[in-house]
Amino acid sequence: MDWLNAVIQGLLLGGLYALFATGLSLMFGVMRIVNLAHGDLAVVASFLALALVSGTGLPLWFVILVTVPLFALLGYLTQRVLLQKSLSSGPLATLLVTFGLSIVLQNVLLQIFSADTRTLDGGSFATGSFALTDQISIGYLALTTFGLAVVVLVGIQLFLSHTGLGRMLRASSDDRETANLVGADSRHVYGIATAIAFATVALAGLMFAMRSSFDPAIGPSRLIFAFEAVVIGGLGSLWGTLLGGIVLGVTQSIGSQIDPALTLLAGHLVFLAVLAFRPQGLIAGRTA
Amino acid sequence: MTISQTLTSRAGAAAAVNVGRAARSSKLSAVVMLAVVAVLAALPFLVFAKITDNLVNLFVLIALASMWNLLAGFGGLVSVGQQAYIGIGAYSVVAFADQGVQPYLAVPLAAVTCAVFAVPTSWLAFRLRGDYFAVGTWVIAEVYRLLVVRIDSLGGGSGKGLTGLAGIDQAVRGALTYWVALALAFASIAGCYLLLRGRLGLSLMAVRDEETAASSVGIDVRRAKRVVYLVSAAGCGAAGGVITVSSLSVNPDAIFSVQWSAYMIFIVVIGGIGYIEGPLLGAVVFFALQQLLSDYGSWYLVLLGAVGMAVALWLPRGLWGLVRDRTGLSLFPVGYFVRPRGDGAGAR
Repeated sequence: MDWLNAVIQGLLLGGLYALFATGLSLMFGVMRIVNLAHGDLAVVASFLALALVSGTGLPLWFVILVTVPLFALLGYLTQRVLLQKSLSSGPLATLLVTFGLSIVLQNVLLQIFSADTRTLDGGSFATGSFALTDQISIGYLALTTFGLAVVVLVGIQLFLSHTGLGRMLRASSDDRETANLVGADSRHVYGIATAIAFATVALAGLMFAMRSSFDPAIGPSRLIFAFEAVVIGGLGSLWGTLLGGIVLGVTQSIGSQIDPALTLLAGHLVFLAVLAFRPQGLIAGRTA
Repeated sequence: MTISQTLTSRAGAAAAVNVGRAARSSKLSAVVMLAVVAVLAALPFLVFAKITDNLVNLFVLIALASMWNLLAGFGGLVSVGQQAYIGIGAYSVVAFADQGVQPYLAVPLAAVTCAVFAVPTSWLAFRLRGDYFAVGTWVIAEVYRLLVVRIDSLGGGSGKGLTGLAGIDQAVRGALTYWVALALAFASIAGCYLLLRGRLGLSLMAVRDEETAASSVGIDVRRAKRVVYLVSAAGCGAAGGVITVSSLSVNPDAIFSVQWSAYMIFIVVIGGIGYIEGPLLGAVVFFALQQLLSDYGSWYLVLLGAVGMAVALWLPRGLWGLVRDRTGLSLFPVGYFVRPRGDGAGAR
């Protein structure tokens, strides 16, 4: 029964990883940018929420409702001001700019908040659970996170396939120049994509912060999980991202059942195995 | 026949040019640089140990940055995971020292060990391209770290001390470490220079410019990239060995940290990517920055990141690119210079 429990917990954890991975997948699919600051943005969101909660005393759910759209706006601005310039500066520039951003964010957080680990207090919602059977209980937070991941992915899928702006986004990712010819303003489109990416990673960061503790240095490991989820699932496929997140979550969960020190290594080894034997990922979407 | 001979033996207009490998400034700069190296080698006899200990860090940075520049600037492979080989090199020195090998001799052995590990790693890493390759190498570095901490004989999660240097007097040990570090920096730059002046350098520059075209004229792209990857791994391994010899211990979280990649990347970006002189200049600038801002905690990293971002956006060829554009100076020429025969004008 322990194994079944591990699989179920891994499945739910996969939802969190999928939420982290969505933004990375979207930014790469549309702009061919791997945002190396992706994980650090989640940490910034967590610290921002923490500061707002302790500074203003507002309830956490309200702070979350404020932080996520705020990050969407920040994403749009970051794209227009910073990333757009790097897109025209050559292939290396975006990697270097996002890596620089990652270093800057990590160290600014370190200087302002110190290296202590913090946590977001989600109250009884974060710690409560209901019992499925005698040995398996499902946490409210974990289930909500998984649900949010599915909702977000469905939402983005609908946005991409049923709205004009979504169509422009898909067109821009296929062929930027031609999309510009038919009226898509690629800068605006990229800004929207980055806004969605920032908002989803902020949400993922907040869910994670309620689930466990965070500190300024954990950004890169979040990036690595998101990256692994994207590669395992398959580049260019949003549902692949969910599948990749689930595979990663289940692998880590089973790994921790065998030996708690194996948790991270198990996930990395599965990633390397997918890389070695099926580099296009489990669900091969459009080619990268 | 060399390319220069082929060009100049053709009849007609081509016979009117001189094709050479050396820049106008090369002879003078070579003499100056050898003089600098001689002075640096004599430093342990001239200055306090504190200065030479500090310079060891500079030499390690020069070596690491040169290796990253070789990989990314010339090979086109942007890796954020070279810390894997820094770590493997460091642990190799510790392991060899435990077996009784003199630690200073273990440094070249560590380089060889890293090249051996790099062969299967490259097979895996080359499955990814571009930005994904960058993050993939980072993941591989993490895997190496997680594997190494599981080995108890190497100290597990808390690291290990280096044996084998206990009997040496501290001043002598400091001087020996300094000379090994100087040799490392010298070997890195000289190695890059010799490698890139040869056939491999030409192949790499062709691949960097247009991979498909290069492959269509017969260049083995895979092999060229693999050689560069192996050399870079070996260089980083040797640097890791020197770091261990200098600090007399190894800690897995520190030696496998992505911070090393951050240093390498920003030194090369600021100094000038794609030029051999770039890492040299960048390392000196970074080192100066580090010394100046050492009292301000992590702010120097924030400054480094911000300057790196600004240089990546507005000065893509780095500081050396700027110098090169303004003065045409080339300390380590790896290209060809075409000068019309007869008059002195027209150097590239």
